[in-house]
Order: sequence, then structure tokens, then C-alpha cells
Amino acid sequence: MSLKPFKSIGIGVAYSPNLKANLFEAARLSVFFGAKLFLIHVGEASEEKINVLRVILHDFNKDKLDSEVIFKNGEPVEAILSASEEKKIDLLILGAVKREQLFKYYVGSIARKITRQAKCSILLLIKPSVERIPCEHIVVNGLKDPRTEQTIKAAFYMANKLKVQKITIVEEINEEQIDVKVNDDKSLRRATIAKERISLRENSRIKEIIEHIPEAYIENKKIKLQPIFGKKGYSIGHYAQISRADLLVMNAPSKMTFWDRLFPHDIEHILTELPTDVLILQ
Amino acid sequence: MSLKKNNLTEFFSTLPKNIFSGFVVSLIALPLGLGLAMASDAPPIAGIIAAVVGGIMVSILGGSHVTISGPGNGLVGVLLVAISTLGLESAYVAIVFSGVFLMLLGFFRMGTLADFFPSSAIQGMLAAIGLIILGKQFHIMLAHKIKREDTIDYLLEIPYTINDAIHYGNKGLIFAALAGVISLAIMLFYSKIRNKYLQLIPAPMWIVLLSIGFSYYFEMWLHEPNPISQKYMISGIPTIQTIIADIPIPNFSGIWSFSFFGSVLALTLISSIESLLSIKAVDKLDPERRRSNVNRDLKALGLATVGSGLLGGLNVVTVIARSSVNVNNGASNRSANFFHAVFLVLFIVLFSTQLTRIPLPALMAILVYTGYKLAAPTVITKIFSIGKEQLVIFFVTLIVTLKIGLITGIIAGVLATLIIHIVINKSVGLFLRNVLKPNVLMFKEEGAQNNFYVSVKHFCSFLNYYKLKEQLDAVPEDQDVIVDFSMCEFVDHTVMENMHSYQELFKKRGGHFDVVGLDMHDTDSEHPFALRRMLPVPKMIKKSLTRRQTNIEVLSEDYNYNYSPKKQKEISFLDDFLFFNTKHINHIYNELSHKDESARLFDIEFSEGEFIAKEVVRSTMLHIQLDKAIPEFTLDREGFLEKLSGFAGYKDIPIQDHEDFSNRFHLLGHNEAYIKRFFNDDLTHFFESNPYYHVESNGSSLLIFGKERIASLKEIKALFDYGKRLKDVII
Repeated sequence: MSLKPFKSIGIGVAYSPNLKANLFEAARLSVFFGAKLFLIHVGEASEEKINVLRVILHDFNKDKLDSEVIFKNGEPVEAILSASEEKKIDLLILGAVKREQLFKYYVGSIARKITRQAKCSILLLIKPSVERIPCEHIVVNGLKDPRTEQTIKAAFYMANKLKVQKITIVEEINEEQIDVKVNDDKSLRRATIAKERISLRENSRIKEIIEHIPEAYIENKKIKLQPIFGKKGYSIGHYAQISRADLLVMNAPSKMTFWDRLFPHDIEHILTELPTDVLILQ
Repeated sequence: MSLKKNNLTEFFSTLPKNIFSGFVVSLIALPLGLGLAMASDAPPIAGIIAAVVGGIMVSILGGSHVTISGPGNGLVGVLLVAISTLGLESAYVAIVFSGVFLMLLGFFRMGTLADFFPSSAIQGMLAAIGLIILGKQFHIMLAHKIKREDTIDYLLEIPYTINDAIHYGNKGLIFAALAGVISLAIMLFYSKIRNKYLQLIPAPMWIVLLSIGFSYYFEMWLHEPNPISQKYMISGIPTIQTIIADIPIPNFSGIWSFSFFGSVLALTLISSIESLLSIKAVDKLDPERRRSNVNRDLKALGLATVGSGLLGGLNVVTVIARSSVNVNNGASNRSANFFHAVFLVLFIVLFSTQLTRIPLPALMAILVYTGYKLAAPTVITKIFSIGKEQLVIFFVTLIVTLKIGLITGIIAGVLATLIIHIVINKSVGLFLRNVLKPNVLMFKEEGAQNNFYVSVKHFCSFLNYYKLKEQLDAVPEDQDVIVDFSMCEFVDHTVMENMHSYQELFKKRGGHFDVVGLDMHDTDSEHPFALRRMLPVPKMIKKSLTRRQTNIEVLSEDYNYNYSPKKQKEISFLDDFLFFNTKHINHIYNELSHKDESARLFDIEFSEGEFIAKEVVRSTMLHIQLDKAIPEFTLDREGFLEKLSGFAGYKDIPIQDHEDFSNRFHLLGHNEAYIKRFFNDDLTHFFESNPYYHVESNGSSLLIFGKERIASLKEIKALFDYGKRLKDVII
């Protein structure tokens, strides 16, 4: 299987109340994937800081967690990005911010910049917790895109490692693909048929991808295909929220220009309104 | 081929009915056309030209089925301004321009335009138009022609005119005023008199016939001139020859002025709104349940308006009153609209001299009645019952429209609505942040029901309703739709009203349309269309029931169950179900219970996890108390239960000789032997042949539920039925 399992996982460390929860999540994942954990702190190195981390990660000693603390000076975005490049980190974990009072999460400005610029995969956590909350449902995108096959494979890989039973592959279909505009009964009938045909086509495309995945990964999994006609990048988040998914796996956006930020699309929608934990695969 | 032929034979077989219906409509269209044109200060024939051109063009090119097109009430106010500021010639050019813009709206698929206006603002605008018509024509109806600058002055002078009319000395004026008052009485009481011969002819035509008869009576029998003052007779109905000879030559000289384009804009806006609202309303009346092609109709109306303007006629719009008469008289396709135009031509060709015998006050009485209908006190009480804030929007639009103008009025209405929404939610951000987001998600749910599930996020108001509408319009009306507002913090009155009309539409066409997730929202009034706002802290007692709740209430009466929408904390009967082992039940609500409490169905709110990992889930469940003891078990579809940590330590129990059952279902329980005995052939067959539900037994009662969300009304019925039959199988 041409999977690129995560060999090194990085997390930015800020000494905040969330520190323990964030570290626990990161450490747990490192243990699951058998990866090395890099703790990147932007600031001066000190023995005291390292001690704090050591105490927190003490619980994972029995799991033979391999970890390393990196201290970097400078502007946070730059520092974290350069550190992750130096250490060849292939999964960077970032925490999200909760909008006050409302149960809405979004990505803060620093994390957002990192997400846009990073060359590695990104995992955005909305509610890190010290106790492990079992992950039960993964939603993954099935866009028509060269990276999708890799993304779906990675989702199955994650599912296997995290012992997830249910995977939903959401095929977001641009509504412009339906060449019929609904005006009256006749065009509605034609549009409905066109939609059905596109859904079937998309489903068979995804099924083919699934066929390429080794049996061992598919076994005992409930796989669901859900075609959705809607805005790319937004509908999948909305769907993940409704279906109460625990993890959303997405392709990294192909390119990001100034206009993309002004008129948000794809990943940007997800960043302003995190529905759940999100894994963006590079 | 055979389909074509069928259509053709059907067309000819329904032709007599359509011709008849077209005839009846033309009886109303004739006096209305004359009256509307005169009310707009245009020559009376202009209204007939609009109806004829509209009827012919729209029936050939249009996309709707049983609508009637012609001059509209709504446009009177705008045309009046256009004609008085631009002069008649330039006004015709403005009409032609507005026709072109209307066509453009059709080509750019702007059939959704009317959805961008809050419904209370539209109501306010229509009421203002009603008052404009009523205010001006009331004086003519009482034979007291006056000219004032401001529309409000016309209204304020109504008492003086009445006073003057009582003290008339001139015989001509007395008769003129009498004609007006009698005509108004005919309009008012016509619908109250249920006589089938009387009802054969519509009220406006009675007025025409009676006044022409009156005039002939004086001429033929008494050999006296008509006692009604000549000043108050309809003037100048030209013969068909003069109409053709007098076709105005368009004069494009005065078009580069601000007031010209203001008029064009107003004409386009009002005619499109009036047409779109009418088409939507007529679609609901269509006995054959067809969907109109709105954009095509707009194009046809635009082209007809261009034609009408060039021939010296008014704007062509789709008109609701005449269309509804059309439907009631058995019209089944567009040919009725065509014949209505043909009959109008016949009337003008044959009776143009007779038409001059109609007194003006009689004609204006028809318009006064129309104006009154638009601004009737019942409109205001209805809006007040929806909510005080709607009344504010209504009056802001109404007053600004009367004081300044239609365009300013509707803009003021939109702004007022927006400000009120912001104040109610105490948040600008909610709207600013989310207005451009594609907040509607629709997908087909898996499973046998195959219903469409629509989830709406953030807020849903007139600002972004078109997104929801776009999705809903893509669903055939014989399907099942569930619209979930539980992630929506705010839903406004415009949306609620539209949801209601969707509900009616789906019901008529054999589908189901359910709105769920509004139980957590609060309202100010008990009206089902009241706007709803999500409460940060749910109140224990709410002021009004949601539509779903009232529907459940009706259901409970039908089935003779008790219904209580209140939240209940007494939920000990659910404690020993395994499902709730790892969950915390907050409360149950909307309980529907059998008289002896043996079966109860309820919405339930429970939470999984604690603190930051907490997830609140709402679902609908059925609890059945059994008379006899059965084994404890949990049954669900294969592959669903393993993930629930609460069931750890149990394993799947296979049932012998039921391969299919064991493959599809996951059966868990402690006492394996007992359970195996309990799942006999009947019971396994029952599960095999019915839809999936999660079924759980705690030894003495059953808990059944479907999805982890609130069920729609149809799903509630299905759940009840399933539970009842399951109970029968077990006992």
C-alpha cells in the first residue's frame, strides 16, 4: 500500500491551560502511529519548561513514546514552519479556538497561517482532552481530484489505527455539473435523472478507489458513500456536523491565492467553522 | 408521437371549458381594465390593450398554465406618477423599457427576485398601493373630482367628500354618486348572496350591465337624457379603427432624465413582484398540480409589455384575482388566457359605443373595492397576530411608500426588517459573518424511505432564503422532505410563511414536507408563521407550539392519545435500558401517550460524554410497556452496535435457521438460551420484513427508535405503527 504513514508528528507548545490536553492528544496519536513526537516551542529554552513537558508526558513512558523538544525563536508562524521542515515532520497538530459561549470552533490567525503555508499534513483539534474519546466515525472527501485516492487510503489507514468502525465518503458534486436548470416539471424530471446519473458515476469512481485498498483495511468497516450536490468544501463540513463525525479527512487545497481568501472556498470554509477534528492531508 | 396526439386530443376536449372560462374572465377584465387605466390617468382603452396583448402573447409564449395576464392593481401607483411627471407619450416609452428589463430578468433567471423582500414589507407595499387606489378613486366614486399633490391628502379628504355628497343639489351629481354607491354595494355584497343565476355573471360585469341598462332605460322608455352628469361618464372609448389609427409613435426624446429611469425601475420592480407573487399563488390553485416556468413567464410578460407599450397600452402583469376566477371556471391550460383576450377584442369591436354609457363612479367603485381589499383591516390584524415587529415593518413600508414613493418604501421596509432582526438577535455578526455562506445542505438519506434531508445552519431569513428555496425547488413535490432548523439560530417570518406554503404544496401533490428542529426556538406570538430565535438557555414553558407540535397534537386527537409538549424530568422508566448506560438523559418532551400509559412516544434529549466532549443528541423514541416478561435483549442492524462502548462484553447471538436475520441484525443479551427461544419464526420474520429500528428490551418493556435525530410526523406515525405490530407479534 502506497501509504505514507506519519513517521514524525509535530505540535506547537504554548504554556496555556490547554497544554496538557493538547499534549495528551498528540502523544496518543504518536503512539498509535508509532511516530516520533516533536514538541515545538517558540521562545527561549529553559530547563524548567522541559521539565513541565516531561512531567506531562510521563504517563506515556510505558508506551515507549519517542519525543523531542525543540526551541525556536522568532515569529511563531515562521518558527513552527521552519522547525517542521527541518525535522521533516509530516503531521502537524494544531488546536482550534472556541468562539465564546457558542459551540462553534474556528482556527485562530496563527494556526490559519500555518495551515495555509505548511507543506505537511495538518490535524486541527477542536476539543483536545486528557481522556481518550474513542473516534467512531470518519468522514472523508471523495472529490474528483488526483489526491483523493491518497486521501481515502489515508483515511482507511487512520480508521484502522484508531479502530474506527464507520467511514463515510462524501462526494461533493458541483451543482453546475447538472446541465439542466430546474424551471418546470419537465426540466425538474430531467435534472433529477441527471443527478442520479452523476451520483451513480461518482459512486462507481469511489468504489474503484476502495477496491485498490487492501482487504485488511476494509474488513469490518461500515463504508457509506454519500453524494452531495453543493458547495465544495462547505457541504462536507456541514455534513460532518450533522452526522456527528469525529474526524473529517480532506485533501489539501491545490493552490491558494489572494482571491481565495477574499471569497472563501474549499478549506477556508472549514477553517472558519470547524465542524469536528479535521485532518488535511498533503 | 402518441403522447403528442394525446396532448392534442386533450387540448381539443378541454377547449370548450377554456373558452367558457376565458369568457367569464373577460367579463371582469373589461371593467377592471377600463378602471385601472383611468385610475392611472391613462386613456381607458390602454387597460384593454394591455389585457389583449398580454393575453395573446403570454398564452403563446408563457411558462405558466392557468394564469391570466393584463393590467395590474399594483402598478396603478407607479403609472400615476410616471404619467403625471413624464407625460403620456414618454410614459409609454417607459413601459416599453420596463418590458425590456422584465425580459432581461427572465433571461437572467431572476425569478427568485420576489424572495428577497420580507413578506411583511411586501404586504405593507401592497396595502400602500391599495390606499393610493382607494384614496384617489373614492372621490370620483362620489362624483367629487379633486386634484391633490400628496396621496395622503386624498385619504384625509374622504370625510369632506362624503359630507359634500350628502348635500349635493345638482341632480346630475346625485345620480352619479348614487351609481357609485350602488356599485360599491354590489361589490361588497355580491359574494354574500349565494344564488347560482346571479353568480353566473361576475360582480363587475353586473355593474357594467346595470349601468348600461339604466342609460338605455332613460333613452328608450323615458326619452330623456341620462340623468348622470356628462362629466362623470366614461369618455372616449375609441372604435377599433381609431385604436389602430391612433397607435402612438414612440417618442424617445425625454428618456435621459432621472425621473424617467426612476419610473422604469419602479415599473419593472413592481410588475415583476406582482407577477411573481401571483404566479406562485396560482400554482397552488392549479388542479393539475403543474409547476410554472417562472423565468419563461417573465420573458413572455416582458415581451407583452413591450408590445403593449408600443400599441399604447399599460404594463402587462400576471394578475391573481382574474387568474383565480379562471381556475374556478374550469380553465385547464393557457388557451383560457388567449380567449379572454379574444373576447375583449370582440367587446371593443361590437360594443365600443355602449361602453361609453358606463358612469365613471360605477367603474371607480370597483377600484375602491380592490383598494380596500389590499389595505383591509383584516390584513393588519393578521400581521399583528404574527408579531408586533411585523406590524412595525408593515407600517414603515406603508407610510414611507405613501409619503415618498414605492421604491423608497420597499427599501425602507427591507431596512426596517434588517434592523429589527439585528435588534432581536442582539447581534450584527450573526448576519454579517454568515450571509454569504452556503448554509443549506441537502442530501438524500439512505434507507428505504429515501427522503430528502435539508439542514440549515446559522440563520435563515429573507436575506438568504433563496438558497434554501433553490434546494427545495429541486425536489419533486411527491417526495418526502425534512427541513431541519436545529442548527439555525434564527428563522424569520418570511421563511416560516414560505415553509408553510411548501407544506401545502407537497401535501397537495402527494409528498410530505416536515419542518423539524424548531422546538428549541422561542417566539413572541402564537402564530405558526412567527419568527423564531434559538434560545441560549431553553425556557421551561414556551409561549407557543411549533407547527410540528401542533401536528402532533392533531395526531394525538386522531388516535385518541394524550399529548403533552412539556419537558419532563421524571424518566426513571428509561433507566434500565442498556442504551442509556453511557448516556445522560436530560429530559423528554412532546410526549404522546396511550391512555393507559402502555405505549408512549416522546422526543428525548440526552447527552454523551461530559464537559468539553459533551454532545447533546435529540431523538424520538417509542416506549411500550408489556404485560408479560420477556428476555432482556438489544437488537440493531449489523455493524452499528459494536461501537457503543456500553455494550462491551456482549456478543452477537445467532438465531438458527435464520441466516438472513443473523446477517443483517446484531442481537445482544445475557440469557442466550432464553433469547433464542424467544426469537421464534414469527418474530424473526417480523424483523426481517420491516425497516430497521433499534429495538431494546429491559425485561418488561420495549424501547424503539430510528435515527439519532428528531423524527418527522410521518416517521412518528411509522414508528407508532411498527411498535404496535411488534407488540402484537410478541404477545
